[in-house]
Amino acid sequence: MKRFVTLMVVGVFALAFAGEEKIKLKDGKGKELVEANCSVCHSLDYIQMNSPFLDKKGWEASVNKMIKVFGAPIKQEDVGPIVEYLYKYYGKKE
Amino acid sequence: MLSRRDLIKGGLGGFVAVGSGILLPKLALASVDPELWGTAVKELPGGALESAVLEALPGKKPLIKKTYRPPNYETPVKYFNEVFTPNDVFFVRYHLANIPEINPKEWRLKVGGDSVERPLEITLEDLKTKFEQVEVVALCQCSGNRRGLMKPNVPGIEWGYGAMGNAKWKGVRLKDILNKAGLKAGALEVVVDGADTGVAAGTPDFIKSIPVWKALDENVIIAYEMNGEPLPHWNGFPARLVVPGWTATYWIKHITSINVVAKPFDGFWMKTAYRVPLGKFPVVERFISQETAVNTPITEMVVNSLITNIKDGQAFRLGQVVEVKGMAWDGGYGIKMVEISIDGGKSWQEAELGKDYGRYSWRPWTYRFKPTKKGTYTIMAKATNRIGQTQTFELIWNPAGYHHNVVQKISIKVL
Repeated sequence: MKRFVTLMVVGVFALAFAGEEKIKLKDGKGKELVEANCSVCHSLDYIQMNSPFLDKKGWEASVNKMIKVFGAPIKQEDVGPIVEYLYKYYGKKE
Repeated sequence: MLSRRDLIKGGLGGFVAVGSGILLPKLALASVDPELWGTAVKELPGGALESAVLEALPGKKPLIKKTYRPPNYETPVKYFNEVFTPNDVFFVRYHLANIPEINPKEWRLKVGGDSVERPLEITLEDLKTKFEQVEVVALCQCSGNRRGLMKPNVPGIEWGYGAMGNAKWKGVRLKDILNKAGLKAGALEVVVDGADTGVAAGTPDFIKSIPVWKALDENVIIAYEMNGEPLPHWNGFPARLVVPGWTATYWIKHITSINVVAKPFDGFWMKTAYRVPLGKFPVVERFISQETAVNTPITEMVVNSLITNIKDGQAFRLGQVVEVKGMAWDGGYGIKMVEISIDGGKSWQEAELGKDYGRYSWRPWTYRFKPTKKGTYTIMAKATNRIGQTQTFELIWNPAGYHHNVVQKISIKVL
């Protein structure tokens, strides 16, 4: 629901991309935070598609790129939990 | 019964028999018919296979959906058996999610910049009536086509083979437009922007530049037609830049402005993105004003080929003629030769080249042979262009996953 609200705020063009409501991320701690932040600018299949080959540093670099390069409005205190979720559910373990 | 995790761990070594055919492990993860990917399916990351679905954007046939927003859709390999990729299956690639529907009556192309004598504003009607109309057949290929085949994997859109398409583009030479505006001495780069924008305020707009010498190449056009029809919305309606020979990153869709400048353009998509390590690829056309000590903007496409008509693991009867077909292309020097191996690279024979639609089009090729023994045949195709460049056997890995032109391998069985 949170994600849907975020999309509404983003505007009409975000809602124009039919199909993305079908994307289901894996359940786990941090999922809502990831959905709410990442889906502001892009559909969540970007996360699934880029898995499972990024290690924790790789996901951290991706999240930081979103903030520093693409201007994603992510709060600094949310970065850690977002990276943790992405690594745990979509990362390369070893 | 193996779990998905077991299948992933099995890697390419383990085959799993499913139904009547034989599938490789990761195929079990694919949400779309594995045949649509071609042999790329063996190498793509598991998550890229799982999250892909076959879905149609408005006005398009079902394509392989990589991401919904911004929309990134890959063309299934089966469509590459035709020289002209139909508009409704042409791949879709966007960096930014805000893509306006443009009213062609209101559309304007603004030509300006500090290196222009007379700024212009061009309507679609002007474009179609006030300039010489020209056509060029050219392959449009994403810089990151086959990124999903990179080992180690590189984050980004995990493309298989289908981020490309060949079309006949109709429009007006950029050179004619620039000459009408008049270039001042010192004009260095031509900066091109389209109507699409990012969602967050801080997202850099997708703006690209090309060197003035390339902009004045008679083959570079502002196209409003593709294969005899208006450009589809998802491919840049009402007009886009076409830079034959260079990767699609420069082919700005929904073009709205052209600015000629005397200094290197320093936007994110030039200065930071779409770069390759300096000297790593055999490239003739360089973008010197954008080069640094370590890297350079990607420019022309590297020589490449694709087998389009046979499937990995396909069975043939002994005595039956095996026909191998495909396409070969490069950055515009023209294809000189395509060699085929049926023994995994031990020996090579020349394929027959099909009709030549110009040096920027891909070139169809065909090779026929009659197997004399039962068993597995590993088929490979390797293209060479007219300046002697050829495909690589070893991946030339680079941080952004560009220029994948590793010689492809397909195994068939003769029973």
